[in-house]
Amino acid sequence: MTIIRVPAPLRPYTGGSKEVEVAGETVAAALADLVKHYPDLKRHLFDDAGALRAYVNVFLNDEDVRALQGEATPLEPGDRLMIIPSIAGGAPIGQRDERREPAPSARIRPGSVPPRPA
Amino acid sequence: MTLRIPSGLLARIWQHGQQAYPEEGAGLMLGRFVGEARVVTHLLPLENHFQPESRGRRYLIAPRDLLRAEDDAERLGLEIVGVFHSHPDHPARASSFDTEWALPVYSYLITQVQAARALESTCWRLTEDRARMDEEALVITDPALDEESS
Repeated sequence: MTIIRVPAPLRPYTGGSKEVEVAGETVAAALADLVKHYPDLKRHLFDDAGALRAYVNVFLNDEDVRALQGEATPLEPGDRLMIIPSIAGGAPIGQRDERREPAPSARIRPGSVPPRPA
Repeated sequence: MTLRIPSGLLARIWQHGQQAYPEEGAGLMLGRFVGEARVVTHLLPLENHFQPESRGRRYLIAPRDLLRAEDDAERLGLEIVGVFHSHPDHPARASSFDTEWALPVYSYLITQVQAARALESTCWRLTEDRARMDEEALVITDPALDEESS
């Protein structure tokens, strides 16, 4: 079993749970098991084509799975996954071009320390 | 659907947008969920991590910043209730890019910054089917009620 940390804005879809236990031998299988148990979560994690939405970052023991084997990354018993969304947006660039914008390169920057709350 | 924010905190959001101009400025709003309303009590201005050449039309809050903000909020007994960002030289309306990247639950406060001066703020929330963002009421509370805010 693997523990998945759910970000706060998605916890209404896990009954308020911050962490849930899932089964699966890969990241993809673990995520599939997660949405199987919490189906309302699916539309916020996956697009209509079944791909992970661009803002969804998955970390395995603090490492972005994109830097590992992506969703095919194997899981070991006791592994801990974290779903951490990137938050992005912005003004329209042009009606024709707006949806062609490349996704931002959302990556954790080691050592970056955000300010504390004011 | 309402976002309640003390006037002093909204002024700081405007100041943040003006300082970020001509780039977009962004951050998180901390506070409490009170029924259908979100009540802002603290701000967390954050760095725009989008690619530098696109920051005039895009913002990005990095996942590590969000994770730390969630921990900070929990320590303060608060929650992240929303996101604020500026639209330099563009109306304070949610774009399709805003919608595509929006998370449920959060309120999204958008400020138009025209020629380095903040003009207007509006507030938006993603619909449950992710089809669009609906505008919600933005209630600016009296400075006399700002006592618990900082």
